Amino acid sequence: MFRNLKITCDQATTICDKNQYSEASIKDKIRLYIHLILCRICVKYTKQNTTLSNLYKGHAQYCKDVKHCLSAKDREDLKASLEKNKE
Amino acid sequence: MEEKHALTPNQWIDNYADYLYNFTISRVNNSDLAKDLLQETFLAGLKSAKNFQGKATERTWLVSILKRKIIDHYRKINSKKGQAEVRIDFYDDGENKGSWIEERVPQNWDNASEKQIEREELRNQLGACIDKLPEKYAMVFRMKTVQEFETEEICKELGITSSNLWVMIHRARIQLRKCMEDNWFNN
Repeated sequence: MFRNLKITCDQATTICDKNQYSEASIKDKIRLYIHLILCRICVKYTKQNTTLSNLYKGHAQYCKDVKHCLSAKDREDLKASLEKNKE
Repeated sequence: MEEKHALTPNQWIDNYADYLYNFTISRVNNSDLAKDLLQETFLAGLKSAKNFQGKATERTWLVSILKRKIIDHYRKINSKKGQAEVRIDFYDDGENKGSWIEERVPQNWDNASEKQIEREELRNQLGACIDKLPEKYAMVFRMKTVQEFETEEICKELGITSSNLWVMIHRARIQLRKCMEDNWFNN
């Protein structure tokens, strides 16, 4: 029974990453927590991963606030290209 | 009776160019590539205008063409040999399969304080680390983490399975973690 719950560091960190988006299943979380009892390296990874997720959230917010616009020249070039292909 | 939408190609640039440009750049993060994909989309729209049935709005129809262009681009980069070369952090065979490789083990971070998360320098470093990722990893990471798309939506848009997506996210995050560790937290 417990053999199914044993996972490698690679699998544990994959679940940990998935969990950062709240998309790990309950079974995966149990497997992760059992692994974390036994593996200090993955405990460190998990803590640092939470720090990084906060950093990524800040970055995401910043990116959402930035709006990209085409320059007037880009627009003219696009219009010219469309006109040319209409003919 | 349901209203039928009509196409107005003369208005496309004025009405949709900025919206579609933003849509594209958030996925490919390269302004030149985004402009190319945008141009290809409008041209493809012109070519297939006769197939437009008017069931969807003009913008929705153009977005669906653009999505196809982005998928084509994604498939191209996905098939490039060497593009996805990744430094492995875990043993991939033998009795240690799946365990951390010693020199890739996470190091202690001396300066991982919450305060630094708001600093511009830190954001620039993060941007530089994301840019170093293989293109397909960067794209999936951005869509999931920065643009906050649903897993299902990304899989549908890029034609990948959810397992593939999580492997890519995992590899992207592992590489980003290492990059940030080397260039920020322990620098």
